[in-house]
Amino acid sequence: MNSIEVNNLTKTFGKFTAVDNISFNVKKGEIFGFLGANGAGKTTTIRMLCGILTPTSGDAMVGGYSIMKESSKVKTRIGYMSQRFSLYNDLTVEENINFFSGVYNLPEDKLKERKKWVLSIANLEGKEKLLTGSLPGGIKQRLALGTAVIHQPEIVFLDEPTSGVDPISRRNFWELINYLSNEGVTVLVTTHYLEEAEFCNNIIMIDQGKIIAEGNSKELKSAHIKNKMYKLESNNPVEVMEQLKKADFVDEVSIFGNNLHLSVNEKLKEKNQITSFINQQVDYKVNSIDEITPTLEDVFIHLLEKGKKKVV
Amino acid sequence: MFKRTIAIVKKEVRQLRRDVRLLAVIFFFPVMLLIMFGYAVNFDVKNIKVAIYDQDKSELSRDFINSLNSSEYFNIIGFINNYGDVNKYLDQKVALCVVVIPQDFSKKINSNQETSIQYLIDGVDANTGSIVQNYMFAATGQFNQKVNSKILAKNGLKEFTPLSIETQFWFNPDLKTTRFLIPGLIAMILIITAVITVALSFVREKEKGTMEQLNVSSLKTIELIIGKTFPFVVIALMNAGLILLAGYIFFGVVVKGSYLLLLFTTLIFLTASTSLGIFISVVSDSQQVAFTAATFVSLLPSLILSGFVFPIDSMPWIIQLITNITPAKFFINILRAIILRGVGISAFWDQIIYLLIFIAIFVVLASVIGKRKAESV
Repeated sequence: MNSIEVNNLTKTFGKFTAVDNISFNVKKGEIFGFLGANGAGKTTTIRMLCGILTPTSGDAMVGGYSIMKESSKVKTRIGYMSQRFSLYNDLTVEENINFFSGVYNLPEDKLKERKKWVLSIANLEGKEKLLTGSLPGGIKQRLALGTAVIHQPEIVFLDEPTSGVDPISRRNFWELINYLSNEGVTVLVTTHYLEEAEFCNNIIMIDQGKIIAEGNSKELKSAHIKNKMYKLESNNPVEVMEQLKKADFVDEVSIFGNNLHLSVNEKLKEKNQITSFINQQVDYKVNSIDEITPTLEDVFIHLLEKGKKKVV
Repeated sequence: MFKRTIAIVKKEVRQLRRDVRLLAVIFFFPVMLLIMFGYAVNFDVKNIKVAIYDQDKSELSRDFINSLNSSEYFNIIGFINNYGDVNKYLDQKVALCVVVIPQDFSKKINSNQETSIQYLIDGVDANTGSIVQNYMFAATGQFNQKVNSKILAKNGLKEFTPLSIETQFWFNPDLKTTRFLIPGLIAMILIITAVITVALSFVREKEKGTMEQLNVSSLKTIELIIGKTFPFVVIALMNAGLILLAGYIFFGVVVKGSYLLLLFTTLIFLTASTSLGIFISVVSDSQQVAFTAATFVSLLPSLILSGFVFPIDSMPWIIQLITNITPAKFFINILRAIILRGVGISAFWDQIIYLLIFIAIFVVLASVIGKRKAESV
């Protein structure tokens, strides 16, 4: 059963097409990753699915309701949390919870039960009277998620929920997302941390408003990266990358910190060829070369490169 | 529907309670303005400094000088003995007016001939200058009458004045400026507090991203607006009461008309101010912009164009037309009618209609621009 069905959704702002004719389905209870660079159209899509932005054309069914015709019904079925953790910093933890349950019209006994639940997932039991503004980012993020789902929606949209949060809090937050998903809540999450996407059941990648790939992370890797990948460490990765681009056995090369990831074709017979090629050209040291399994980041960069080549 | 609105009201009140600075400003500001305007802005002219150049030095001229001195409007600060000093007194602002009595003053009057007195008035402040002139005219007229009746009596005749003027100032019998200013002050303070607090309250939510959270919820726009503005309307009403009370304690201004009518019209005016505040919150994206715009839009017109200080009737027609941009203009008319004249709704129903038109215009503008902006982000 699908929680979200998106059909040919398009949104233009004047001459600029932010979302270009996208279609996808999200199954009930799954964690659905929505990947793309900043400005790729993720937030615009989510805002349309939440019913706060009207699509230029196309439609989507969210929780069984059309966002074009029944956006107010859609709003009762969803929860939403943005990267800004929209809580009131000048209210206490409890006042925030009370306020959002009031906005969602929860009855008194339900409020008690849900308040307990929110406090427990945010690890804030006994700290109801603290001002929200004084909480650390990770805790605030969990509280924000708790209040966003206080009315127990069947679908929750998380728009870059982990930006600006430390790695440990991020990891804990993903456990929380998993927990929600196990409870049967459909989670649609956007992120530009590609390693987070590995936790998603299904992923779509979006660039310039268009879907460029979809599937689970294994499918994405095997479908788009057929070549072997090598990780190369050098004392001057930038120069080395420039040289490697000229090599006939290299299809793609991209930089990851101090390392280079190269995708090589069948012309490469053995690893040593790479070192000798570099040594012929420049005088930089190559510290190590190892074969690696591609990450989603490699897939994403590969797809973007491919897109660029097409344009040229 | 009611429960959601109440949840918002509760939240607003809690936030307000923690914002001590804003609260202090909201309640301190009106009292400060009242005292400032009540005591400092005073159009009454009293104790005008007058210097006398009495070239006659007769009984009659002294009589005239005494009549000036006995009125509370004039304060004779010195006598001059030559023309050179006349310039000095006026140049150095020692005197605002110099009265020159000619040498043959008593001689001419006693021989039933006309004579004249020269008033040299400092006209830098045109307003005060013309008031001084009027007072001097009145004083001269009184003196004329006195002399006339004396001469007539001497000849065995009774005084006869074909026309006598009996002026009575209604509604503000002593022509006190403060009495005239209090209604304008109420209007100005209400519009400033309402527009600024409402605009800031909405823009803050926009800036912090909480507005988006509320947009995604099933909250209706009208619930949000009522919930968010209600506390500020209550505060504005409290402010109005505070000013009325202070106006009574400090300046003795009492409300002559109906309090119920006062409350009803104030609510309409607050709705107009709130719609202006919401409009500003829609067009501005940061609290800074909103604050500047709200101050500009609420303070300046309500001070200059509302008839609060400067009478609208004496403005050129094009400016008179522009005065309609501030709802304070209509509300001041209503307030003066209720507080000073004590009249009923039949005297100012048209002003209420203008206020309603104002509300309609800004509600439509705010929602049209708001919708357009929501679709372009």
